[in-house]
Amino acid sequence: MALVEVRGVVKKFGDTTVLDGIDFEVDKHQVVCLIGASGSGKSTLLRCINGLEATQAGTVTIDGRLVVQDDIKLNRLRRDVGIVFQAYNLFPHMTVIDNVMLAPNKVLHLSKSEARERAEELLARIGMSDKAKEYPDRLSGGQQQRVAIIRALAMQPKVLLLDEITSALDPELVNEVLLMMIELAQQGMTMVVATHEMSFARDVAHKVCFLHSGHILEEGPPQKIFTAPSHQRTTEFLRRTLESGKL
Amino acid sequence: MALDIDGGPGREAGPLHRADKDSRAVRDAKRSFRAMGLSASAVGLAVVGGILAIISALGSKISFLGWFALALPVGIVALSYARRAEERVVDVDGAVSDERRSRRARRVAVLAITLGSIYLLVLAVWSSWDGFVDVANTFFSWDNISKSFPAVFEGFKLNIAIFIVAEISVLIWALIIVVMRQLPGRAALPLRWIAVIYVDVFRGLPAIVTIYLVIFGLPLADLPLISDLEDVNFSVLGIQIDQLFILGVLALTLVYGAYVAEVYRSGIESVHWSQSAAARGLGLSQGKTLRFVVVPQAVRRVIPPLMNDFIGLQKDTALLNVAGVLEGFNLARIYAGNNFNLSSVTGLGICFLVITIPMTRFTDYLVRRDQRKTQANS
Repeated sequence: MALVEVRGVVKKFGDTTVLDGIDFEVDKHQVVCLIGASGSGKSTLLRCINGLEATQAGTVTIDGRLVVQDDIKLNRLRRDVGIVFQAYNLFPHMTVIDNVMLAPNKVLHLSKSEARERAEELLARIGMSDKAKEYPDRLSGGQQQRVAIIRALAMQPKVLLLDEITSALDPELVNEVLLMMIELAQQGMTMVVATHEMSFARDVAHKVCFLHSGHILEEGPPQKIFTAPSHQRTTEFLRRTLESGKL
Repeated sequence: MALDIDGGPGREAGPLHRADKDSRAVRDAKRSFRAMGLSASAVGLAVVGGILAIISALGSKISFLGWFALALPVGIVALSYARRAEERVVDVDGAVSDERRSRRARRVAVLAITLGSIYLLVLAVWSSWDGFVDVANTFFSWDNISKSFPAVFEGFKLNIAIFIVAEISVLIWALIIVVMRQLPGRAALPLRWIAVIYVDVFRGLPAIVTIYLVIFGLPLADLPLISDLEDVNFSVLGIQIDQLFILGVLALTLVYGAYVAEVYRSGIESVHWSQSAAARGLGLSQGKTLRFVVVPQAVRRVIPPLMNDFIGLQKDTALLNVAGVLEGFNLARIYAGNNFNLSSVTGLGICFLVITIPMTRFTDYLVRRDQRKTQANS
């Protein structure tokens, strides 16, 4: 059975329908990329998967567990689903290491020293041990985003949702974050990635879904989507992104 | 006529339709002001100031001094002139003469404004000199301040005790109220209502009314916990803790809890929702999100307005005198009544200032230190 199953999900904000019947699934150790123009519903879809947004219809299942709008069940579910945002959203009043330690300590109830050990290990992995005592605002965007990723990893989630996490970065900082994403993929992390980085989607993803106005117009292995898209709109979107130099 | 505030030098007359509306004389005047490097608004301000100065000078007993009041408007014009001249230096590179003129004008401006201000102060003192002596005798008699001080200070210690206890209980109480107001779900609706009504009522009631109601009203109600308080009587560090003390603290907590709850709320609402989203995304419950992520950031942001309310609370401990609490103001008043001199009250005022001013500076320092630590470019 697939790790993440999305069936007929509909999401409306007032009268605007953002997701209009989405079906897709993610298998264990798979990297699925969501591509599409801004406003096509990529971020909303990710937020529906971990219950940050309530849906109007359809179901989301994670590892056999149904996502329902119930606080206690959602809190439990989110231990298994990590999410990283475009704007990092680190907690500015805590040091880097406290950011990483918070959830393992308060949610998984690890002792402070266990949580610290886990956080130090993760920081060492991304080569930022020397920044443990810094406050987020003093780090570069790329560093902040990498800390945000390990903050999510510290919960040892079964699946990681990445919401355009390179879009807010200066071009020269994008690479360090992309490299980290590639490394995670190689280690077998299950990931759902909303992205504008077509090269990442082409080289790393197992499956690419093209979203257009609330529908998945086309999905398939990257070779097919990028070389022989079957839908006119996919072709157009890829041509436009190519022209803007994103591939 | 619209004043032309941005019509700097080097700029020709404004758009045609506006030039048409002004009469020739006004247009000429504006042009010559601009040529001198003055904006019409500065000239207008100076003219008004000059007229006021002349009126005040003619009206005062020592009219010759009044003419010095002109220094203020002159200073304003000179400042404006100096600014324009500086701007011109930036516009036209190497205009040394302008730079010199600007510096000279600025010196004149500083001198003129200083003289003008000193003059106004002197005028105020001089013209009311006889009254001043009376005021000084009644409120600033050193003899009376020092004689009354031991008793007043004894009372002031009670003020300190009351506000320390009240500040702690206000911080906690207001947090409870604001969390109650933010509780989610339909089940919590009555709690949300209670929080809203409490804030509305106690923020709206004059503090003195609440104090009366709590100190005289509550004991009448014969409530279980309150009537037990009658027997409370012990002392901590020389401060007598009795029913009156506790009810006084309770009254001030109710009054200031309502203000501080609103201050907290503004802080909580100023924390961007993405912070909650990140915390919830990590699996933190709503309560833990509030406790570890939102409230710590909110409190940091509201420290300055919180300080305002704390200083208000400290001063309002003096209001408890209406209910017979023997705090500083009450004792100062008793001294004043017996000695026909109000200097004891001044002594109490000084006591308050000695506490509040250093406290404000210290908090400012703490806030700045926190910002230096957590923020880049600071």
